[in-house]
Amino acid sequence: MNTFKEKFMKGLFLATACVSILAVALICFFLFYNGAPTIIQIGLKEFLSGTTWRPSNGIYGILPMILGSIYVTAGSILIGVPIGILTAIFMARFCKKRLYRVLKPAVNLLAGIPSVVYGFFGLMVIVPAIRILFGGSGKSMLAASIILGIMILPTIIGVSESALRAVPESYYEGSRALGASHERSVFYTIVPAAKSGIMAGVILGIGRSIGETMAVIMVAGNQAVIPSGLLTGLRTMTANIVLEMGYATDMHRQALIATGVVLFIFILIINICFSLLNRRSKE
Amino acid sequence: MNNHRDFPASTSRGVRVQALLLRGLVYLAAALTVGVLLFIIAYILIKGVPNLSWQLFSPTYTSDNASLFPALVNTITMTFFSLLLAVPLGIGAAIYLVEYSARGNRLVKVVRMTAETLSGIPSIIYGLFGYLLFVIALKWSYSLLAGACTMAMMILPVIMRTTEEALKSVPDIYREGSFGLGAGRLRTVFKIVLPTAVPGILAGIILAVGRIVGETAALIYTAGTVAKIPDTLMDSGRTLSVHMYALWNEGLSTEQSYATAVVLLVLVFGLNTLSALIAQKVGGKNG
Repeated sequence: MNTFKEKFMKGLFLATACVSILAVALICFFLFYNGAPTIIQIGLKEFLSGTTWRPSNGIYGILPMILGSIYVTAGSILIGVPIGILTAIFMARFCKKRLYRVLKPAVNLLAGIPSVVYGFFGLMVIVPAIRILFGGSGKSMLAASIILGIMILPTIIGVSESALRAVPESYYEGSRALGASHERSVFYTIVPAAKSGIMAGVILGIGRSIGETMAVIMVAGNQAVIPSGLLTGLRTMTANIVLEMGYATDMHRQALIATGVVLFIFILIINICFSLLNRRSKE
Repeated sequence: MNNHRDFPASTSRGVRVQALLLRGLVYLAAALTVGVLLFIIAYILIKGVPNLSWQLFSPTYTSDNASLFPALVNTITMTFFSLLLAVPLGIGAAIYLVEYSARGNRLVKVVRMTAETLSGIPSIIYGLFGYLLFVIALKWSYSLLAGACTMAMMILPVIMRTTEEALKSVPDIYREGSFGLGAGRLRTVFKIVLPTAVPGILAGIILAVGRIVGETAALIYTAGTVAKIPDTLMDSGRTLSVHMYALWNEGLSTEQSYATAVVLLVLVFGLNTLSALIAQKVGGKNG
């Protein structure tokens, strides 16, 4: 009886472990099953490189949205990565234990703030600031990049910090013994040694950025045209789905799901890069 | 360490300036990060707290009074049912990974990889998937249940990972002692390992609650945006975050958005503090 119970429970635990496999399989299946035929029907080339998105006329080109996603992601990386990495260096190597005990929860809190709140903050503070400083409506690539740059900070800080902490202390000690200052030792021995871990953090940040929806919708303006400058509005793939899913029907709805498939492929590529780098940094 | 070839014997002025510059940059970045956080919190609180009123907590939502009370109740319901689904699954999976599987097991690698993939998928994709599976294919229509199932999938990797960490931090001596007294594996897991790991698991669950409370994109097209407390799980209802999005989408009541943001921030802050406190207790006990 006892061995039966043991075996049964082992099977049960095994089954729960397989749920995450099942979940990934289901997500892939449902997205591709619903999206792929649509992409073929529209035509892969027309869909991916079409510059016009006009569902009412049956024109489905998502190039503006793909570019929109790439642009805001690039912008957020430019803003978030330097600040994030430097903050991680501060937390791992420059800050006193007592300060760290305040700083770490602060960064976690930054990660915990809901994206709608970020979006709303961007709408009320960053958008008007851009409007006053540079003119225009303020809802722009710049606003979206700044908000996303803030939002990916905790991701980049968290991963970079643990990568920096994983570097053997002997590197630092060796550098100090050679007469290098604290700053120089950190920047020239520890940071290069943690390079691949930090890169993994950056890639995770890219994933967060490209997948972010709510904050971007509120500040980016959402015009479905190819973005023409820092101060003009744009629409990301994520925004495209949320904005139109509510009223879309038939082919239009299918095209939105297909947009999700394209986004999903982007994410999968980013995930693969992340796990490859992660593996390398652990070796 | 060939970066140090150019390092002079005595500390020259250039080197000192460089050191100061690097130090300055690092301090500046840290100050910026904290500054941004403080600014966001202060801004939301200063603008939002004066907008909090009892009216906003009246039990029904009307066009005159965009009460956030139904959304608050829905958030709690949503959290409860998402956890009900995800916590047993996540803990069970973690138990298998830590307590049962042999080292280097092929399946374990696949499970870890898929869990990692799950945690990298953005919420809008979960929303789209939940819509396609629960709302359309299973014909549940917009409902709390569809939302809870979607959220459960989203928080599953969080619970799995934190539980795994918690189980791993239980010293092997405990297990050996239990086995030595003649207890089976199952008994050891439930009587010895799990009770010891409870604080760590709890901290992870609270982290997951924070995710549910803050989620919007995955819920708009699964749980829907109806602004009332649904009668059954099969009806639509908006959570607080969705409520905030809906207020923006309808283009009205900035004041109420501020107030909702305050409630959200307070919730998230409270959850984060609770999780940190519990985690600290764990760290203190083991260290």
